[in-house]
Amino acid sequence: MTEQHLQAGPLPSGMQLHDDGRLRHLLTIEGLPRELLVEIMDTAESFVSVQAKTVKKVPLLRGKTIVNLFFEPSTRTRTTFELAAKRLSADVLNINIATSATTKGESLLDTLRNIEAMFCDMFIVRHADSGAAHFIARHVAPHVSVLNAGDGSHAHPTQAMLDMFTIRRHKGDFTRLKVAIVGDVLHSRVARSQIHALNILNTAEVRVIAPRTLLPADVEKLGVHVFNDMDEGLHDVDVVIMLRLQKERMQSALLPSAHEYFQLYGLTNERLKAAREDAIVMHPGPANRGVEIASDVADGSRSVILEQVSNGIAIRMAIMSMVTGAAQ
Amino acid sequence: MTESVAELLNSMEQQCRQVIDAQGSAEPCIIGIHTGGVWVAEALRERLGLPGPIGTLDISFYRDDFSHIGLHPQVKPSEIPFDIEDRHILLIDDVLHTGRTIRAALNEIFDYGRPACITLAVLIDRGGRELPIAAQITGATLDLNADQEVQVQGPEPLSYRIVTKELPND
Repeated sequence: MTEQHLQAGPLPSGMQLHDDGRLRHLLTIEGLPRELLVEIMDTAESFVSVQAKTVKKVPLLRGKTIVNLFFEPSTRTRTTFELAAKRLSADVLNINIATSATTKGESLLDTLRNIEAMFCDMFIVRHADSGAAHFIARHVAPHVSVLNAGDGSHAHPTQAMLDMFTIRRHKGDFTRLKVAIVGDVLHSRVARSQIHALNILNTAEVRVIAPRTLLPADVEKLGVHVFNDMDEGLHDVDVVIMLRLQKERMQSALLPSAHEYFQLYGLTNERLKAAREDAIVMHPGPANRGVEIASDVADGSRSVILEQVSNGIAIRMAIMSMVTGAAQ
Repeated sequence: MTESVAELLNSMEQQCRQVIDAQGSAEPCIIGIHTGGVWVAEALRERLGLPGPIGTLDISFYRDDFSHIGLHPQVKPSEIPFDIEDRHILLIDDVLHTGRTIRAALNEIFDYGRPACITLAVLIDRGGRELPIAAQITGATLDLNADQEVQVQGPEPLSYRIVTKELPND
């Protein structure tokens, strides 16, 4: 299962770009050029200023219809995508489709054809299966763009980009940064996308800190330094990214108990002392307080967790306007 | 050939003073349109002795040709570091041509609030209007052909030149 998780999904990232290099779909960070990631962040910077206006809206995507196609529950990602689309003046359709074993293959395609017949311009897709967004991107009409809002344990590119944007706003130059990603890397699409993004941006050192049971077998191949000891791994880092520990993992015997996990890998103020004095703490949410992160750290002065949420709107506005403008 | 803009700015400064006197109200706030308009706005603010900072607009998100050409890759943040509600605004751009940029800028300004009035000041009015928009303050008025273009360079020294561009055949 572990190997499959790592290999499922990645397809030629070429299908994400138009011939002239502009973004058409955003399915995975893997394989994207650095200039494009920088352009996404630069554009997002302009959209931050939109949120300072009395009228927090621009007319850019007026007349476009964006469909949130969620096969898996999500609050934060769906609402920030929805808000981003609305602030771009697009019309938004939210479709939540309960996951079931049969919601695959042909029925997924059927759903797609039906929605396409409503003259939509963009699909935001979240699905429990790795590769679902790629599958949809391969079958949509030429004028439709697909954004991956999380597929299985494969990728969550917009989350990774909002994290990069948050890091850049606090720390600037990636080439001098040490970044530690802590927790369930094995099942985390967020971690995988973050690692690709950090490496594309030439981050000085990317570390993962986790018990062996929560790391993919060949995690080093992703370009990270592996630490099994929290204090060692946090030493001197500029950025600490905590991952959500999915409770269901506890049942699959990968972990002894939530309590013991917190003892070994939970982020406390005491542990944080190993990191640099100005280190920031990030979490993609929703955080399990007392499991992977102590409440006083999550709410503390070094936490940028709520900023990540605000930045998520700007980064999604940037990506949506880049793919729409480029769609010819 | 590169032309200096000192005389144009002198003339604009004089016209600005007249407009400000006629308004008789509190000093105006200055908003420049990226990129050339910001340079002209800075130069005028200094000449008029108005306190800074100026506001800057990047109208990329309000352009009417987005669906044809997509998002400008180097879009800059708009920054209006003051409340525009009930204020007199001096909106400044470098070159006034079709009027579409000004249309977009007016729309964007109203998303920040409701100003008392807006005066449009441009360094060069080159004609060729496609919308019913006129500048109250103009540094120079040029009558150019469709294949000619005014290029403004800056910020220091601020200058401009007229170039002839190749028109597409279709």
